[in-house]
Amino acid sequence: MDTRREATVWIGGEAGEGIASAGDMFMRTAARLGLGAFAHNSYQSVIRGGEVLLQIRAGPHPVPSQGGNWDFLIALNQSVLDLNLRSARPAAGALFNVDTIKAPASTTVAMLGIPVGELTGDLPKNPVQQNTVLLGALMYLLKLAWDVFEGAIRIQFGKRKAELADLNVTLAHRGWEFAEKNFTAPRHIALAGDGKGRIVITGNQAVGLGAVAGGCKFYSAYPMTPASSIMHWLAPRASRYGMLMKQAEDELAAINMAIGAGYAGIRAMVGTSGGGFALMTEAIGMAGMIEAPVVAVLSQRGGPSTGLATKTEQGDLFQALGASQGEYPKAILAALDPVDTYYVTIEAHNLAEKYQMPVILMLDLYLSERNVVVDPESINPRVPVERGEVVREVEGEYLRYRDTPSGVSPRTLPGTPGGMHIAPSDAHNEQGVLVSDWYTNPSMRTKMMQKRMRKMEGVLHDTEERGIVCEGPEESELTIVGWGSTFHILEEARRALTHEGHPVRLLQFRTLWPFPAQKALPLLQAAKRIVCVENNYGGLLARLIRQETGFSIPLAVRKFDGEPFSIDPLTQALKACLSPDAPPVQTLVSSELDLPVTFR
Amino acid sequence: MTTAAEYKSRMRQTWCPGCGDYGVLNGLLNACAALGIERHDLVVVSGIGCSSDLPHFMSAYGIHTLHGRALPVAQGIKMANKNLTVVITGGDGDGYGIGAGHFLHALRRNLDLTYIVMDNRIYGLTTGQASPTSDKGHKTKSTPAGNPECALNPLALAIVGGATFVGRGFSGEPVHLSEVIRRGLAHKGFSLVDVFSPCVTWNKVNTYDWYRPRVVKLETEGHDPADRNAAIRQALREDGKLPIGVIYETDEPTFAEEEPSLQGEPLVNSRIGLTDEEWNALIGEFR
Repeated sequence: MDTRREATVWIGGEAGEGIASAGDMFMRTAARLGLGAFAHNSYQSVIRGGEVLLQIRAGPHPVPSQGGNWDFLIALNQSVLDLNLRSARPAAGALFNVDTIKAPASTTVAMLGIPVGELTGDLPKNPVQQNTVLLGALMYLLKLAWDVFEGAIRIQFGKRKAELADLNVTLAHRGWEFAEKNFTAPRHIALAGDGKGRIVITGNQAVGLGAVAGGCKFYSAYPMTPASSIMHWLAPRASRYGMLMKQAEDELAAINMAIGAGYAGIRAMVGTSGGGFALMTEAIGMAGMIEAPVVAVLSQRGGPSTGLATKTEQGDLFQALGASQGEYPKAILAALDPVDTYYVTIEAHNLAEKYQMPVILMLDLYLSERNVVVDPESINPRVPVERGEVVREVEGEYLRYRDTPSGVSPRTLPGTPGGMHIAPSDAHNEQGVLVSDWYTNPSMRTKMMQKRMRKMEGVLHDTEERGIVCEGPEESELTIVGWGSTFHILEEARRALTHEGHPVRLLQFRTLWPFPAQKALPLLQAAKRIVCVENNYGGLLARLIRQETGFSIPLAVRKFDGEPFSIDPLTQALKACLSPDAPPVQTLVSSELDLPVTFR
Repeated sequence: MTTAAEYKSRMRQTWCPGCGDYGVLNGLLNACAALGIERHDLVVVSGIGCSSDLPHFMSAYGIHTLHGRALPVAQGIKMANKNLTVVITGGDGDGYGIGAGHFLHALRRNLDLTYIVMDNRIYGLTTGQASPTSDKGHKTKSTPAGNPECALNPLALAIVGGATFVGRGFSGEPVHLSEVIRRGLAHKGFSLVDVFSPCVTWNKVNTYDWYRPRVVKLETEGHDPADRNAAIRQALREDGKLPIGVIYETDEPTFAEEEPSLQGEPLVNSRIGLTDEEWNALIGEFR
């Protein structure tokens, strides 16, 4: 068999068995060797005991998605081994501890059992030692450099204790040596990087990094998966950068605090998922009315209600569009990947301050928690920061809500002499005097509504160009339409089909509101066949496109089982769209497997 | 030196003639003047309700926020710029009903804020429904058979909730009220000033005449505001008397003093952008 340069590795077990740290060590090793890698963690909302399956794909940089079936499986319990055998690629190998797990009688998968107890009997007892031993064996089989792997182990554990790092290095080395002596196959994969040191980052870390680089000084949130890791990343770092990370009593407080901070003159942001966002919406409308800048990160998970708490979905588009009562200026942006998330976070703050309005940044679990290797140079610290029009010295009469051609009224910050005003959530005139329950003034109401909404012309101008990423030639057999986090996997599928002789185009939406209709319509009309691919039930982007352009996309590929698209079934579904008798809606489901043994 | 009148805006005050809120506004104007607060450094934040119109009648910065959300907005302002004097004004429905959750957490957070609640024991702006401080048995539009729920005790709640200043005033005692508000503003930490502010239109039970024989000034009883147990006894008084004055005051570190991010300059003055050194260190964490 020819040597392959790419591997898909699954690590499965129960939550709390150290799967995340094994994954981190793998990712860090890959990054330091100059490989590309992409990890998606499929887990349950239980701190200990839920099933976890970490899917990692590594190979030449960049790696576009978590891949499909596995080449190597590290099984930390019996059911993980039994249930995942059917997802093995040809020539795959499964690593497991023979002390606790039995190899099935007949399988084509190489059974790579390791006697962990025997190998580590002389070492201090460590509850998660088996995964380090198994990881050591895996790294040998993938022909990775021991010294780089050792460095990754030391970083992983050195933070806590030097002895713990030494212990884990020894554990990994016992696994490595055992594999060297006992396993002659599978050895058909050799992961070789280009030697360029890269970094590993998640979507949520990129939000944090963008916040710090873009001058966000206030982040408030209430814990909610999959947004919480933004809070976790910022909490120990914020004070270094003149920033405050505030855990609030609920999402109502979080958003209202952020609006207060934005009003007082600092860049402010909140992060939550759909349920928390629902609580925030009244205040988001207030930010529109009082014209205060605020950025809300909405990292979607499966809904409705508590839904799939630890699973991905793109089901909140209409919630974002319809957030709060009434009409007010706002922008809704989506990000494609962690690097893009870094820039979009900063862009969101620029728009929020320039137009004095709320900006919603839409992510989802698949992007927020995705761990990828990226080039550090792709994240540029020199970013444009636009603070909007702020009056520092007031001369003459100051009108906070002055009716201007752009709709933007230069604002004063509290503390500025002569700039005093009131910012009311009631309808108001240019001074901030209410035109609601004190006296009604239909013409003033009309004028002020028009003033606020006029800002959307500028917002559209600023967000239209970025709104759609277009890949592939205009002359294509099929045009794929998607939004946000699915970009790279759709692009991977597009390339695969193109490689097979079917030229395909991809239109990926990054701006969802104001909808870039003028840019979208000609692209949509140029398509021969067209399919919209979304991680939701209802085809929400397709509906928005029809609403804003009148263009109906006849085909759909959808997935709302909580797992992200997987490359092989996705490519097959898109291939089916090439045929004139393609089904109008194809619903993909990740696995035929039902419950894990322990839950049956 | 700014006079009390100069803290007043040109806006016509829209409360009903005789409303207790006039007394609260005047008390606040006097307290601001007594403390010499610069108008442009003062932010008055309110929620929704009759009393939440108050910021419009002042010449200062103000936000008239959502129903029940004045406290978090005010806290955001204070966290962003700790040099500002931030006062929150609202009613009992706003603060003890829809905003009750924020009230409890504002107490224990102890930011240096002053929260003035104009408590009229009724929903006024929505034309007379029961409020969280309506007495049991009170007949209102929403409780025609008499309120089946007992009244919330904001003073007791505040003291046990971690407030570092709890005071109460009465609109019918304007000089005394100004002084309670002044002491609340001067206090370092979260101050609750609960004010009996009668609604002359919708509450025909808890009127000025109802309050007058019941209120008792704590100063005349030798109450020691530093004594937490004595304060709780005052808040839970069962002799039919309603204590007014400073009930509890203690000196505890404020949120700004405890929070690492708020040491030094206010956040609003903090530098935007990172040095190369800072950036490289940050990126290095991902290697």
